[in-house]
Amino acid sequence: MADAIQIPDEAETRAKWGSFAFSPEYKAKADMYIGRYPAGRQQSAVMALLDLAQRQVGEETQTQGWLPVPVIEYVSSYLGMPYMRTYEVATFYTMYNLAPVGRYHVQVCGTTPCMLRGSDDIIAACKKRGLVKGATTPDGMFTLNEVECMGNCASAPMVQINDDNYEDLDYGSMTAILDDLAAGKQPKIGTQLPGRHTVEPFGGATTLHAMVDKNHDYRGEW
Amino acid sequence: MLADKDRIFTNLYGYQDFALKAAQKRGDWDKTAALMKIGQDAIIEEVKASGLRGRGGAGFPTGMKWSFMPKAPTPERPNFLVINADESEPGSCKDREIIRHDPHKLIEGALIAGFAMRARAAYIYIRGEYIFEAKILETAVAEAYAAGLLGKNAAKSGYDFDVFVHRGAGAYICGEETAMIESLEGKKGQPRLKPPFPAGAGLYGCPTTVNNVESIAVVPTILRRGATWFKSFGRENNHGTKLFQISGHVEKPCVVEEEMGIPFRELIEKHCGGIRGGWDNLLAVIPGGSSVPLVPAAMMMDVPMDFDGCKAVGSGLGTAAVIVMDKSTDIVRAISRLSYFYKHESCGQCTPCREGTGWMWRVMEKMRTGDADIGDIDTLYDVTKQVEGHTICALGDAAAWPIQGLIKHFRPEMERRIHDAKGDNMLEAAE
Repeated sequence: MADAIQIPDEAETRAKWGSFAFSPEYKAKADMYIGRYPAGRQQSAVMALLDLAQRQVGEETQTQGWLPVPVIEYVSSYLGMPYMRTYEVATFYTMYNLAPVGRYHVQVCGTTPCMLRGSDDIIAACKKRGLVKGATTPDGMFTLNEVECMGNCASAPMVQINDDNYEDLDYGSMTAILDDLAAGKQPKIGTQLPGRHTVEPFGGATTLHAMVDKNHDYRGEW
Repeated sequence: MLADKDRIFTNLYGYQDFALKAAQKRGDWDKTAALMKIGQDAIIEEVKASGLRGRGGAGFPTGMKWSFMPKAPTPERPNFLVINADESEPGSCKDREIIRHDPHKLIEGALIAGFAMRARAAYIYIRGEYIFEAKILETAVAEAYAAGLLGKNAAKSGYDFDVFVHRGAGAYICGEETAMIESLEGKKGQPRLKPPFPAGAGLYGCPTTVNNVESIAVVPTILRRGATWFKSFGRENNHGTKLFQISGHVEKPCVVEEEMGIPFRELIEKHCGGIRGGWDNLLAVIPGGSSVPLVPAAMMMDVPMDFDGCKAVGSGLGTAAVIVMDKSTDIVRAISRLSYFYKHESCGQCTPCREGTGWMWRVMEKMRTGDADIGDIDTLYDVTKQVEGHTICALGDAAAWPIQGLIKHFRPEMERRIHDAKGDNMLEAAE
């Protein structure tokens, strides 16, 4: 359990987050999500509400956000669930941060398809910049984690930083992205290979050429 | 090679807009009500006749799955369709392309499939990490509602149908159908025992069918062009077109729609620019996502890429996520990294999987460095056999198979490392 995250001291957390409540904007979203499930099944919305709560904490702390215990308690009471049931959900799914993270949560995919395409270099680029796996940089800017397959295998290796994916990385482009973020600039999202659009073969699609320039309707050829 | 006019996902690469107007120009939502007019059972029969097998990995016939749903649901116990967009299998990246570039195919498919199985609503369970994709999907669903294509009298078909998006939050296991249902109910995603099967008691205890995104998204086109058109592709029992996702050591990794049964070599040559360093440099292939055993180069070259073709070489088509490894690959590390994945993703419910995945990963790491005894290989194999088949869901099997494939095909490499670490190879050379 040496690599288990350190959940912050409860008294401190309570003092800071004890009065957490959804802002009007987040409350409207929360109620919209609850409305997607049959009456009496509002528990189904717990994942969406925890995500919203984490985002609101993120806005208030200028980070990706995390879930202090009083915030989890708030979501529980909002949905009329026992605290333990909400806590189970918060701890089961990896996208809920149980400890504070930095401004940018750098999640490098290290599973085999990315590994084969050089995710070691991506981790190395992070390390070179002073990022340490499982930790936040002293300036609070970056938290680095290696994560499991993110489903971008045809444009590997990739990293997800907060809500954005950066694909087709190498050591140089990863360094450039971190530099941009640190300087307050928004790097280009998606593939970093010049000339590649999305997941077509690099250098030009082998199929569906008619779609490149215009919205072709193939029905006439059926 | 499949002609462009026979490709279903024409906006696969997102060169054009995903939104409703552009999608309609490509043929989506064209007289959907007329497609539904043939009646619920006729749609199921048509899908059965097309030979469509589930695109989520297991390959169960889709039409047959739908036919298990009750024909006369009551308002207190409605039928539900759950669409599995929790694409988390290492190597798989096709549903992402459908969702972000052609979401209306999925939404129209949801209406037609939901109607056929007499469902009241569909929940699309999209993996949490697909943040951008979920936004697109939400936008597309909202467009469909605004245009009267969903909701009351959906697409003027006289049928009331809702589609809801549900975001996950990072758990591979939620791709398992009963874990997905648990997660939809707001719980930890731990799989349920079967029976009862979801078609009997699924979401909220109501009859439920869980289908993969691709299985649902191809349905409107199958109905438009007819079952015989879809069936004309591929070999007997393996029909249709399929999204292949090629990653790893090919010159140009990509996602591409091709005919089922396309030979492996042709798939790589035509769309991926060949193997990095040439065909002689190919070491092994995982043809269907991380859960299926690897296949060595020599056996893989001419395999028809379909369910039966991959099965014949001791592997599986899975999601058609083709992971290619050339001779620069540390094959033991590649499989050990998958073992770590399964250790990370085990839900912790069944002891053989919870304890076994961690144990298997630790021993695989020893195999990687050679810090083991020769007999440990047999012990490892033995443990994989004890995990396989002894868990509620297939994650235990999925963790065991890659290791079994490695031992079956690369045992000499594992032995070499152990000898190297012990310094035994010097002795052999001296003899």
